Amino acid sequence: MLPCPIEYMHVMKREGFSLTTHILLIAAVFAALIVSVSVGSVLLPFDETLRIVWRMLTGSAQQASSSSAILVHVRIPRVLAAALTGASLSLCGGAMQGLLRNPLADGGTLGVSSGASLGAVLAIALGISIPGLPFAATTGMAMLFAFLSMLLILGLSYQFDRSFSTQTLILMGVIFSMFTGSLISLMMAFSGEKLRSITFWTMGSLAGSTYENVMILLAAIALFGGVLLLSSREFNAFAVGEQNALHVGVAVRRVKITVMVAVSALIGVCVSIGGTIGFVGLIVPHMVRLLVGPNHRKLLPASAYFGAIFLLLCDLIARTVVSPLELPIGVVTSLIGAVVFIGIFRRKAKGG
Amino acid sequence: MQIKAEKLRVCYTEGNPVLSNVNMEAVQGQWLMLLGPNGAGKSTLIKALSRTIAYEGTIKINDRDIKTIPPRKLARVVGVLQQSNPVNYAFTVEEIVRLGRYAHSNGIFSKPLAEDEDMVNQALEWTGLNDLRSRSILSLSGGEKQRAFLAQVFAQNPSILLLDEPSSSLDLKHQQRLFELVQKWLSMPDRCVISAVHDLSLAKKYGSHALLLSKGEAVAGGRIQDVFSDANLSRVYSMDVRGWMKDMLAQWV
Repeated sequence: MLPCPIEYMHVMKREGFSLTTHILLIAAVFAALIVSVSVGSVLLPFDETLRIVWRMLTGSAQQASSSSAILVHVRIPRVLAAALTGASLSLCGGAMQGLLRNPLADGGTLGVSSGASLGAVLAIALGISIPGLPFAATTGMAMLFAFLSMLLILGLSYQFDRSFSTQTLILMGVIFSMFTGSLISLMMAFSGEKLRSITFWTMGSLAGSTYENVMILLAAIALFGGVLLLSSREFNAFAVGEQNALHVGVAVRRVKITVMVAVSALIGVCVSIGGTIGFVGLIVPHMVRLLVGPNHRKLLPASAYFGAIFLLLCDLIARTVVSPLELPIGVVTSLIGAVVFIGIFRRKAKGG
Repeated sequence: MQIKAEKLRVCYTEGNPVLSNVNMEAVQGQWLMLLGPNGAGKSTLIKALSRTIAYEGTIKINDRDIKTIPPRKLARVVGVLQQSNPVNYAFTVEEIVRLGRYAHSNGIFSKPLAEDEDMVNQALEWTGLNDLRSRSILSLSGGEKQRAFLAQVFAQNPSILLLDEPSSSLDLKHQQRLFELVQKWLSMPDRCVISAVHDLSLAKKYGSHALLLSKGEAVAGGRIQDVFSDANLSRVYSMDVRGWMKDMLAQWV
C-alpha cells in the first residue's frame, strides 16, 4: 500500500457533524420518542407502539382499541410537542450563550420566557383574538413580548455594564422575571376562569398538547431554528469576541437583530404552548459543549437533538413518577436544572 | 494601496474630543507608528480606522470612503490585532485562526475552499503554532494567545494591518517574535501596517513612518527619523527622551 498521496492531504476539514453522526443522533431521538409514547398510565410493548404509529402514518383502518386511542389522541401529540419544545429551547439557549459569550445566558435566566408568558396571559385575559386563527393572538403576543423583554433587559444591562457580564445579565433577568411574575399573578386575580393555572405559566406543562400545537412548533423550529443553525459561523465569531467578530467581517448589528428576533419568536411559540419550562435552554447547551466543544457548527445541532431527548425524558418522569397524579414538567426540569446550574456556576467561579 | 484619514474627530462624551482634526496617511510598504503618551489617542485612532467606533471626518481606502464598504469586504482589506482578546470558551487554536477566513466566504451556503485550508495552514506554520493547533485557546500563555490571533489576521490576508498596542502585555521574547513576524508579513507586496505602540525603541526599530499624537491632536508626522527629533519628543513627553533612553541603555554597556 502506498502512503496517502499529497492531494488527499488537502481533503477539506468539516467543522460540523458527518451524515452518520446526524443519523445516529436522529435514531437516538426516535428511540426516546418510542419509549415516551409506550410508557405511561397505560403501558404498551414497543412493537405494539410501532405498529400503531405505522398504522397512523399510513392511514390504514384501525381497530378503535382504547390503548391505540390514548396513544393517537393524547400521548403522541404530547410527546412530539415535548421533543420539539426541548429542541427549540435548547437551540435558543445555545444561540444566546454564543451571541452574548456568556455560558449562563438563556431564555429563563434572561427573563425572556417570563416576558413571553406575560404576553400570552395578556392576550388571554383581555380576550384578544384574531378571527379564524385561534392560537395566533396568544402566540403572537408571546413572541412580541419575548422580543420586547429581550430588548429591555439587554438595553438596561448595557447601560450598567457594557460587557454584558454574567452578574449584570442574571440580576436583570431575575428582577424582570419577578416583575412579570407579579403582573401575571395580578391578572389571574382579576380574570377568574379565563386563564390557566399560575403553575402553567411558571412551571409549564405539555399535558393536553394537540396536533395543531405540534404543527405550529414544527413550523417555528423549521423557520427560526433554521435561521439560528445557519448562523453558526457568526455565533463562533461572537463567542470568541464581539470586536473580533467585527474585525473578521461579521455584520455585527444585522446578525444580532436577526438572532434576537429568531430567538424571541421561537421562545414565544414554546411558551404559548407549554408555558415557561425553565433551565432546559441553560443546561442542555452547556452539557453538550462539554461533549462536542464550543464550535457552534456542532454545538447547535447537538443541542437540538439532546434538548429533544432531555425534555422527552423529563416529560416522561413528570407523567409517571407520582402516577396517577402528574407533576408540571417545569418542576422536573427545574429540579435537575438547579443542581446542574450550581455546578456550572461553581466551575465558572473557579475559573474553569 | 493607500489609507487616508482627514479631519478625524472622536468624542466619547459630548464636547470632550479624544481625537480632533487628525490627518493621517499610509501607503504600501510603510509601517506607520502611532506614538504619544497615555491618553494621546493612539488606540482611538486605530479603533476609528477599523470602524470599531463612531467618528466624524472621512477615512478612505484607495479613495473609497470606508463607511460605504460592507463589513465582509472591508475585512478583506483591513485586519486588526487587538491588545488582548479575552475568550470565554475552549475554542481550539485552529478554530480561532479559521475565523479569519470568514470574510472570504460567500455567505451561508458556501463550501469551505481549498484556498481557505491553505491559508489557515500557512498562517499556523508562519506563527509557529502548528503543534498547538488542536489545543484550547484557554490553555495558552498570553504570548501564544496573541500569536494565535496574529495567525487569524494572517489567514484573513488583508492589505492593511492595524495593531493596537499588540505587545503591551507580552514578555520580551514574545514581543520580539511578534514584531519580527509582522515585519516579515509587511515585506510582501501591497501591504502596510499601522500600529499604536507605547515603546519608543520598538517604534524606532521597526517603523518607517510615525505620527506623533498629543492630547488628541497630531503634533508631527512623516518619516520616523524626522518625527523623532529632540524638539518633537520633549514637547510631547515633557522630558528629555533621548537623554533618558541613553541613561537606560548605558546600564547595559
